[in-house]
Amino acid sequence: MPTFVYMTRCDGCGQCVDICPSDIMHIDPKVRRAYNIEPNMCWECYSCVKACPHNAIDVRGYADFAPLGHSVRVRRDEEKGVVAWRIIFRNGEKDMNLLAPITTKPWGKHIPQLADAPPPSQEMRESQYLYNEPKYIRFDDGGLHTLDAAGLTLKTGVYE
Amino acid sequence: MITTNPFEVLSANLPLEPGVMQAYVVLMVLLVIGGTLLDVVHKKSAKYFFEKGQSLKKLARREVGGGEKVGIAVSTLTNEVLTSSEFENRDRRISHLFTMYGFIFFVVTTAILIFGLPAAEGGSGGLSALLWHAGALSMCFGGYWFWFKIRADVRSEGNEWYNVHQSDLFVVSLLLMATFALIWSILQAVTGATSMLSILAFVVFIAAATTLFSTILWSKFAHMFFKPAAAFQKKIAVADGSRDKLPEIPDLASAECKERYPDIPEYMGDNPPYMGLGIKREAPNHY
Repeated sequence: MPTFVYMTRCDGCGQCVDICPSDIMHIDPKVRRAYNIEPNMCWECYSCVKACPHNAIDVRGYADFAPLGHSVRVRRDEEKGVVAWRIIFRNGEKDMNLLAPITTKPWGKHIPQLADAPPPSQEMRESQYLYNEPKYIRFDDGGLHTLDAAGLTLKTGVYE
Repeated sequence: MITTNPFEVLSANLPLEPGVMQAYVVLMVLLVIGGTLLDVVHKKSAKYFFEKGQSLKKLARREVGGGEKVGIAVSTLTNEVLTSSEFENRDRRISHLFTMYGFIFFVVTTAILIFGLPAAEGGSGGLSALLWHAGALSMCFGGYWFWFKIRADVRSEGNEWYNVHQSDLFVVSLLLMATFALIWSILQAVTGATSMLSILAFVVFIAAATTLFSTILWSKFAHMFFKPAAAFQKKIAVADGSRDKLPEIPDLASAECKERYPDIPEYMGDNPPYMGLGIKREAPNHY
């Protein structure tokens, strides 16, 4: 379900307008509060919900993780580097909090300086690999990595 | 000029009794009260706040006492109402404060100047007149800043500053009222109270003021009543633990957090550092 805005919480700061990848969060010219101008085009990416400093934007979550009538709310605390979710089922009995890291290093301090990286050699240019590909998928370190090689097994069903 | 009561000059030079002006002020006050009540009924805002309060009560983890509620009300008054602290955008906050305080000074001193008529000999209400002019000037400063800079910035879809819509009823009538109040006062001093130009400016001033106070149902005038209610309810939701259904973010270095969310110490270390500002490093520009 698309985003919607609690008018009493919004102060029209425009963070959601800036961050919306579909450019559908706009400021209403009369009340100067944000609103979703085209709900059909919203893909519920939650970017605006997390960016809103007043937690004024809400989305009804997908039915595969919470049944209808529930509440799913999120708070993104970038200074602590975490995102927190709270899911409340409609009967109020299930009230669940979740917390996950969104960064492990301070923002903007560890950006890879690609301009300083050495240019690819002629051999690298002629190979089938993309730039940096061997390093990241680690073909150069024991071949193709598999679940077995990593000591993992694939579970069936829904994880608890 | 700026210490002269323009209403006194008007009353002395034109057949306009102070009683008529006083009746007009009373009528405007009644229109504001009636318009606000109509707005509350039409938008069902009181019902909304009540029902929201009831639904959050079910999630409350503790009872908020009467004394604490008074404390929250005082903090809402000092922060959200008096200093507009809810605005993230600094420019909007400053512009809003200039407009708001200008409006308050202007309205209060208008009532003082009009109800002080006929002025006693020697007492011309110099300070009130000075504040009346300062209020109008402050409204113009904040309002035009909003109109030409902030509002135009928001309307990134090609709506220029000269495009006026019905939705601009509040800000346009407010600006016209403040602007023509000042123009009227200047013209009174320059061309005389009975000049055609001065009377014309006065007519526009009164027309703008009447529009402002009589169109609450169609404008955003009523925001000054429901915004403090919203801010108060938001703070109550934090105090009673319901947090408006929002999740709690614990202290990441606490043992309880580490036990409950083992991902945090695993990925962020035992004592996660301060991560600084991410997207908030840049102010939004509405594009």
